[in-house]
Amino acid sequence: MGIGIRIEDLRKVYDTPPPMAARGAGFSWSGGRGEPKKKTEVVALDGVSLEIRPGEVFGLLGPNGAGKSTTIGILTTRVKPTGGRAFIGDFDVWREPVKAKRLIGVVPQRPNLDFALTAREILLFHGAYFGQSVRERTRRAGELIEKFKLTDRADHMARTFSGGMMQRLSIARAMMHDPEALFLDEPSAGLDPQTRLLLWEIIRDYNREGKTIVLTTHYMDEADSLCQSLAIIDHGRIIAQGAPQELKSSIPGGYLLRLRFDSAPEPLLEGLRAIEGVREVHSADQVAADVYSNRGGSLIPAIVAACQAAGVELRDIHISEPSLETLFLHHTGRSLRD
Amino acid sequence: MNWKTFYAMLQRDGHVARRNLLPMLLQNLLQPLLLVFVFGRVLTSSGMMRAGFKDVLLPGIMAMSMVLSGVQAVAMPLITEFQFTREIEDRLLAPMENGWLAVEKVVAGMIQALVAGMVVIPAAWLLLGSGVHISLAHPLQFAAICLLVALCSSAGGLTLGCSIGQTQIGLMFSLVLAPMMMFGCAYYPWSALAAFPGLQYAVLINPLVYASEGLRGALVPQVPHIPAAVVLAALVAIDAALLMAGLNRFRKKAVS
Repeated sequence: MGIGIRIEDLRKVYDTPPPMAARGAGFSWSGGRGEPKKKTEVVALDGVSLEIRPGEVFGLLGPNGAGKSTTIGILTTRVKPTGGRAFIGDFDVWREPVKAKRLIGVVPQRPNLDFALTAREILLFHGAYFGQSVRERTRRAGELIEKFKLTDRADHMARTFSGGMMQRLSIARAMMHDPEALFLDEPSAGLDPQTRLLLWEIIRDYNREGKTIVLTTHYMDEADSLCQSLAIIDHGRIIAQGAPQELKSSIPGGYLLRLRFDSAPEPLLEGLRAIEGVREVHSADQVAADVYSNRGGSLIPAIVAACQAAGVELRDIHISEPSLETLFLHHTGRSLRD
Repeated sequence: MNWKTFYAMLQRDGHVARRNLLPMLLQNLLQPLLLVFVFGRVLTSSGMMRAGFKDVLLPGIMAMSMVLSGVQAVAMPLITEFQFTREIEDRLLAPMENGWLAVEKVVAGMIQALVAGMVVIPAAWLLLGSGVHISLAHPLQFAAICLLVALCSSAGGLTLGCSIGQTQIGLMFSLVLAPMMMFGCAYYPWSALAAFPGLQYAVLINPLVYASEGLRGALVPQVPHIPAAVVLAALVAIDAALLMAGLNRFRKKAVS
């Protein structure tokens, strides 16, 4: 049976550049006015609380710099929180890091493999660090090498590997000591579609053994197809949480139509709001509007009519089916890729 | 404390060291041995140096080799592992307190420094030819000094490795290691600096001075040297300071 993971009101402020990809969310300057040297502080996490149930696949979803890597870093003893607490099972990660480390396997965003060793040696020594007997670690390393399709290169130095192979080896290493919880920080970034599917299969298999899995991603389809539970994080705060289906059904209407005009005056927006089935209309600037509604394409004639009534030219229209991307947009007003 | 993990990491360092044995020996020992040959053989045989210089040189070269190997064995991998990919996390994620990883690296560095020292003695002896008067009259003193010098070099390597980045390796050699070698009393006894009183006391901050003089006292007591008690006390103090500083820096650098 896997273990639960809990974080309470986690805060992290970097006074040096954040590690990994975590480019922080907001900027603030400490120190009084007139001080000659101002220190740049980056607020990466701003009061994050989460509860991850034992044996679930949990996804942390957000754009670059949202605080995903920092959250994973704190849970895996690599980043020290400024405030708040993090628990792996019953252990407070920052009070009993050694006990927490025994329970977790970590796949970082960038491969931090031991480049002085071959692939097989990396796995064998990793097993040895975790106290496995020679027989046990030899057997397990052999199994993982086969499972991750690294057999041909198992006795080559890891530094000669391609990005995808390093990634697979990182995951094999994380599973070597059979941890109760597996953390994967953007595991499919930079993988080809075939390897990505292999990775998904491996994650699902591992989860079937009852292990807890925490992954970060900015791919909506990955979160959608893998995760039983999701949290969407932006600017160091959790903005939505729940099962993928639940979250998607929280989008007003479900469909999103992104429209562009030559201009978008208030009467036009009123006209759009009056269309049957439209739940919300947001206009971020003077030439565009986001329309949330319970239908997609069948709304177009009414939109065209509203444009004609307001004397506005419609320039572009994009229909999104209910998705996490739409959800993110709804909560932040920004696309995931912005 | 998790000794299984600690021991596995020592084995890992031993494995990597054995794999790189030849380049490592060349890197650490070629330069000192060339020095031995030129200063101890060429210059003495040609009469430009007195034959007694061989006795002065041998302990100094041994001290220098030990310090160079210990510093490099710890500092160079650390600098690489603390780069932005943070290879160090491969071991930081093992079930052991972060500080013990630093201790493990120091122990591994000490072993390498001791091996380098033990290889240099016979090699240098052969290169110097006849006329070297080594005695092992004080084996305990010799052993204690060797251990303290090894600890000093690898703890120094830990401090350096946690303090500088990859781009500053060249600077480390020219600003730290080169002056250390020149003013480390490796090529001359400390008493030879009497003509430069300011310098004679300034070099006392250099740990290599105590390493050279201590080994001189243990191996060639007929050559003037700093008394053993002073050497031992200074080495203990320097070791403690470097170890504390290194551990402190390592702990800070290990987590963001």
